[in-house]
Amino acid sequence: MKKIILAFALAGAFSAQAVEYTQVQPDKSAINFTYKQMGVAVDGKFKKFASQLNFDPAKPAAAKATFDVELASVDTGAPEGDQEVAGKPWFNTKAFPTARFVSGTVKPLGGNKYEVAGQLSIKGKTQDVVVPATFTTQGNTGVFDGSFIIRRADFSIGEGTWAKFDIVANDVVIKFRITATSK
Amino acid sequence: MNYTKTAKVLHWLMAILLFGLLALGFYMHDLPLSPDKLKLYSWHKWAGVTAFLLVALRLTWRIAHRPPALPDSMPKIMQFAAHAGHLMLYLLMIAIPLSGWLMSSAKGFQTVYFGVLPIPDLLDKNKEIGDLLALVHKSLNLLFVAVLAGHIGAALKHHFIDKDDILTRMLPKH
Ligand code: HEM
Repeated sequence: MKKIILAFALAGAFSAQAVEYTQVQPDKSAINFTYKQMGVAVDGKFKKFASQLNFDPAKPAAAKATFDVELASVDTGAPEGDQEVAGKPWFNTKAFPTARFVSGTVKPLGGNKYEVAGQLSIKGKTQDVVVPATFTTQGNTGVFDGSFIIRRADFSIGEGTWAKFDIVANDVVIKFRITATSK
Repeated sequence: MNYTKTAKVLHWLMAILLFGLLALGFYMHDLPLSPDKLKLYSWHKWAGVTAFLLVALRLTWRIAHRPPALPDSMPKIMQFAAHAGHLMLYLLMIAIPLSGWLMSSAKGFQTVYFGVLPIPDLLDKNKEIGDLLALVHKSLNLLFVAVLAGHIGAALKHHFIDKDDILTRMLPKH
């Protein structure tokens, strides 16, 4: 009898953990960025992105994530800024409409911390990135939070007169919050 | 009766700074976005904060030192107009930099004095409020230009038509 109860308890514990978060909630998710303009931090965001996610906290090694960010949906805080960064020297959205992140290995760091290695492609250039993230759950909803730094020059973002870093710094902090539910 | 040396220095220092700010403000606004434009915006904001500090200093001085009286030859109504005009100039010299600072906050571009001293944002980022404050800053500046035209016109009239000492008593070495 005891064994059966134990078996049920284990099964229960197992099924409680084997939840796969796949349904990204765009209205509760955000991809923001911060850059420095003459030493002053300025925030912006991308309003549109598509994503595919498979994440089971019990099986992080099998986790997969792909994000396609619509670069023309950028909000720099000023309309003329939005227009400018869509143009050729910056994102060149006509030729390269999306930025893509594809996850590679996901390493659990203990607790709710993870390290997601992946590849980021912007403007025809691909770079390896390592993204630290935390994952918290509430009911059937899970939230990823994290941030990482990219260097805009690695992707030729801001060419020509903008190529120097005295006005717009090279480092750009990408901050994200991805909310997903399980099926 | 003459203005004090401090009053004269502050008057002319601010005259130069404010003309520069007006010219730079109208000029930079119409430039296409470029690194230079962003640089000019920062300079404008730094110069604007400097103007605000100078007007604060000037008002402190003004409270402790009464300016020389207007000549008795001036009709009462003109004396009143002169005082009202000066009051208006002081109010605008306070309101214009304040609106510029609040606009910058609402637009999400914090003011950092000379790139080193961050001036706190009193307003959160908000597009509508930012656009409204930009309109306020611009309208106050247009009003300022009109009042300044009256101010300069009046000074010249005193000098060339009334031939009194109203202009010369603000000039250096008088
Ligand atoms: C007495 C001081 C100041 C004067 C006389 C002045 C004058 C002007 C003028 C004439 C314009 C052009 C308005 C237009 O065409 O839209 C302008 C724009 C601007 N000013 Fe000032 N300003 C002063 C202080 C400040 C301060 C302290 C700040 C910020 C800390 C500031 C921030 C700006 C900004 C951001 C713009 C551009 C607005 C836009 O492009 O929409 N100004 N200013």
